[in-house]
Amino acid sequence: MNVSTAIGLAVIWPLFGGILVLLLRKRPNLREAASLTTAATQFILIATTILPVVRSGGRPVLDIVEILPGLSLSFEVEPLGMLFALVASGLWIVTTLYSIGYMRGHHEKNQTRFYFFFALAITGAVGVSFAGNVFTLFVFYEAITLSTFPLVTHHGTEEAKKAGRMYLGILIGTSIAFLFLAMVWTYVVAGTTDFRSGGILAGKLSDGNLMLLLALYAFGTGKAALMPFHRWLPAAMVAPTPVSALLHAVAVVKAGVFTIMKVSVYIFGPDLLTSTGASTWLIWVAAATIIIAGCIAIQKDNLKARLAYSTISQLSYIVLGAALATQWGIMGGSMHIVMHAFGKITLFFCAGAILVGAHKSEVSQMDGLGRKMPFTFLAFLIGSLSIIGLPPMGGSWSKWFLMLGAADAGQLMMIGVLMVGSLLSIAYLMPVVARGFFRPAPIEDSSHGEEEAHGEGEGGIREAPFFCVLPPVLTAIGCIILFFSAQGIYELLSGIG
Amino acid sequence: MHDSGLSISSHLPAFQIAVPLLSAVICVLIRKARAAWLLATTVAWAAFAGACVLLNRVILHGTISYEQGGWTPPWGIELRIDLFNALVLIIVTGICAVVISASLTSLSMEVPEKKHNLFYAAFLLCMTGLAGMTITGDVFNIFVFLEISSLSSYALISQGATRRALTSSIQYLVMGTIGGTLLLLGIGMLYMVTGTLNIVDMADQLAMVGPNRTVLVALACVTVGTSIKLAVFPLHIWLPNAYTYAPAIVTAFLAATATKVAFYVLARFIFSIFGVELAFEQLHLDRVLMPLAIVAMFAGSIVAIYQTDIKRMLAYSSVAQIGYMLLGLSMASVTGLTGGIVHLFNHALMKSGLFLVMACVLYRVGSTHIDAMRGLGKRMPFTMAAFVIAGLSMIGVPLTVGFVSKWYLVSAAMESGQWPVAVLILLSSLLAVVYIWRVVEVAYFQEAPEDAPEVKKAPIGLLVPVWTLVFAIIFFGIFTSLSAGVAGDAARMLLGAGS
Amino acid sequence: MFDPGLLNYWIIMILMMTGLYTVIAKGNLIKKIIGLGIFQVSVIMFFVSMGKVRGGTAPIAGEGFEVFSNPVPHVLMLTAIVVAVATLAFALALVVRIKEEYDTIEEDEIRELEAGEEG
Repeated sequence: MNVSTAIGLAVIWPLFGGILVLLLRKRPNLREAASLTTAATQFILIATTILPVVRSGGRPVLDIVEILPGLSLSFEVEPLGMLFALVASGLWIVTTLYSIGYMRGHHEKNQTRFYFFFALAITGAVGVSFAGNVFTLFVFYEAITLSTFPLVTHHGTEEAKKAGRMYLGILIGTSIAFLFLAMVWTYVVAGTTDFRSGGILAGKLSDGNLMLLLALYAFGTGKAALMPFHRWLPAAMVAPTPVSALLHAVAVVKAGVFTIMKVSVYIFGPDLLTSTGASTWLIWVAAATIIIAGCIAIQKDNLKARLAYSTISQLSYIVLGAALATQWGIMGGSMHIVMHAFGKITLFFCAGAILVGAHKSEVSQMDGLGRKMPFTFLAFLIGSLSIIGLPPMGGSWSKWFLMLGAADAGQLMMIGVLMVGSLLSIAYLMPVVARGFFRPAPIEDSSHGEEEAHGEGEGGIREAPFFCVLPPVLTAIGCIILFFSAQGIYELLSGIG
Repeated sequence: MHDSGLSISSHLPAFQIAVPLLSAVICVLIRKARAAWLLATTVAWAAFAGACVLLNRVILHGTISYEQGGWTPPWGIELRIDLFNALVLIIVTGICAVVISASLTSLSMEVPEKKHNLFYAAFLLCMTGLAGMTITGDVFNIFVFLEISSLSSYALISQGATRRALTSSIQYLVMGTIGGTLLLLGIGMLYMVTGTLNIVDMADQLAMVGPNRTVLVALACVTVGTSIKLAVFPLHIWLPNAYTYAPAIVTAFLAATATKVAFYVLARFIFSIFGVELAFEQLHLDRVLMPLAIVAMFAGSIVAIYQTDIKRMLAYSSVAQIGYMLLGLSMASVTGLTGGIVHLFNHALMKSGLFLVMACVLYRVGSTHIDAMRGLGKRMPFTMAAFVIAGLSMIGVPLTVGFVSKWYLVSAAMESGQWPVAVLILLSSLLAVVYIWRVVEVAYFQEAPEDAPEVKKAPIGLLVPVWTLVFAIIFFGIFTSLSAGVAGDAARMLLGAGS
Repeated sequence: MFDPGLLNYWIIMILMMTGLYTVIAKGNLIKKIIGLGIFQVSVIMFFVSMGKVRGGTAPIAGEGFEVFSNPVPHVLMLTAIVVAVATLAFALALVVRIKEEYDTIEEDEIRELEAGEEG
């Protein structure tokens, strides 16, 4: 198959899958099979046709249509986007598996709508990762926002509606008010919005304006959850857990940080950023977000909320990497996209499995659960270690490179921030595991016990359904494998720039 | 038409006016609702086809000048079609054709069957007037056609189902007549100064005379006169009532055409007759228009947020959108004017689409109050999906037409270094998110009340026109050479003519 | 400031403002329409007086007719008068319908009735 065709196909493939899901709405088993097949074929398509070309240094291109002069809908795959597309589509498979277990185990309504919009969101994510210019990226960025809105408000409750309003308000608001402006500004100044090696802005703007433009991009990308535009992410946790897992740990937020990374590498160019110091302020904003979000996470008792703030904190590692704009910083930041994705999706899967299996959502209720749900909690442990950045988990590599990057840029303070960030993540993740394994299970009072018995029948709490437990175990194993196979990612990412 | 040696297609410009005019008379005579509809629809689509041919001809061969009755301008009356008005003509005839196709189903709800033939007659007259204003090359003709379209639109509005349609109509009549008369006064003064009524000739004469007090007053009269018809804030007060209480079909038609043609007339006077130098550099028209445009953008949107009737909400949104067009015009740069013209084109598609959706809702649910929208996402899926797409376009989501207009307007503001204006444009489009999403939320997240009668999907006769427009919204959001490309050339032409 | 040669324009201006004032200030719809009529007529008179040349005759091509008035504005006004008549007729028809529906033609009372409908 022609690589260009493959790119186009990869972008619209999930859309076909979504339509198939709609057609099969009356037959749930077939519908889920269709979802799964689409996800698997999507991954295979990307991995077998596009990846080899990019690995050998190619930059396959696909131009769709020129909308306005110099502004076209076009794709160009470079290593960073390649990596993001692989992560998004690869984890889509696991998440689909998980959704089947979760949505059925949890008796959710409107499952067809769920799978349909899920597929649309993946189209958005792949479109973002392959985008050849800011405009194309913007198109798919908005597509993600709009297609995830029905997922966030899936339950249709008053709370979901409120969350949906905030979700849409912040994401659409920042993107229209700032990102759009940044895009037009880039276009007016440079005459194009194409991503080019070394950037397109050198010598076109004064230092102060460069800083302002970067601010517009950084805050305009609401999905990157830079403080103070982070509130949508905890709010979006009302969504069903698979949505939180894939979208709010992987596709949506990563689309955000990916945008910032891509803009700083291919629009500004690392050289321009380091020589003008335009991104220095962003380093500090990212650092502040890392610390503050970490501190908030410790105080959250609701597990999903805690994970959400952890995500906010971890995302800023990636932004930090982009803002450092050194070779190692970019390497570390980009690698963290993968490592954090695997780690965080594991954690969310586990949170969902605990909810389905034990009907618990608060950290303080998890005493002794580990013994009844050993696989889930083991997976949670591995995921946590990866997020914290301990070997032999993948997360250790990205943090290592980020440290190198900070040292390289002479930002010694940032090494401290990274370390504090890791300590904080120990503080908010480890208690969950510790409670699960080392605290005795509470003696349940009778009324509570009845309730449990009502839901679960004889025996009370036990491991969640197979399809809910398998995916976190798989991704946890993935975290370990990533530690040993980081060489491949490193080689791929060396092609950036 | 004595020059029968020429092929019949060279008379196409005249047909644009003559055919609908005569058909209107026939509509009055035939008395059968269905036959009248068939005639009106055929004529409208034929006019649309004619407009397409004309645009094509203008693009290929340049400006068309048609001498009515064979008298040479500037003595004879000329029909003059260039890129700018060819585009406007396409919008007028195209929207008219789509809307009138939808009217067979929708109209029976609001207008008694025996009046239908008169209704279609008025509809065709209105189209005649609008098309005439658009393509004529004679300023007095503009006034005459303006009054033809105005009078017939007063009649159309008064056909609304409630008695408030009558008061809305007379309110519009009073304001519209003042506007038209002021325009006439302005034309009179221009005639005093130049001694001609032909647009091209007038521009030449005016350039020789230069600015004097009479020209200044003429500019003021023309601007205020057309601004009333255009519903420029604060002269918009006729618009919300007229759009709310008119039959749904009429609203869809007028919202997309009447104000657009008024915009065309204003732009034509400013750029083709007065010229940029006179209007902007010496008389500083932009200092008046730009603040008004910005206030309109915000005031219209904010008031729209608080409306409980969706038709009224969309009407206020129109006030805001007119602000965008005016803003583009007042920047007087190629990009800005392109933005204004392309927004004219795009907004016509979006707004008539949205109002047609309201026609569907009115037809099935019987009300356009926001409470009537509850649960419609499930009960009328295709209709509400159309609303969502057109609504997203209003917000300016990429791959829809709304994005294209906003792109031009924002980049025009940036090119001229007017940073605050660029920011204001984007902020005001956030307000559109609020009022559009309010409806979407109610339609998709609130269950229909228990006692609500069963609602069927919208009839196909309405859905097809609605989705035609939705398709156009997406098509012209992606392939912009017809809309933005032509608008850009038209803007260059208008600005080139002025300097 | 006052130039007797411009007397016609002064008269037109006064007429025009009278009409506009009536439209704005009067609550009775019929009076409003009368004001509208005055407003339109003032502009028509403006055109007519504009075309008049002192001592000029009707434009006849022939001996003895050297100075003549400009016929164009006069002819234009034929159309404008027709427009004004049509507007007047339509407005009156509307007022009749409003009278039937609301049983009043006073704007204040109509507004009260409408406010009642909404409340």
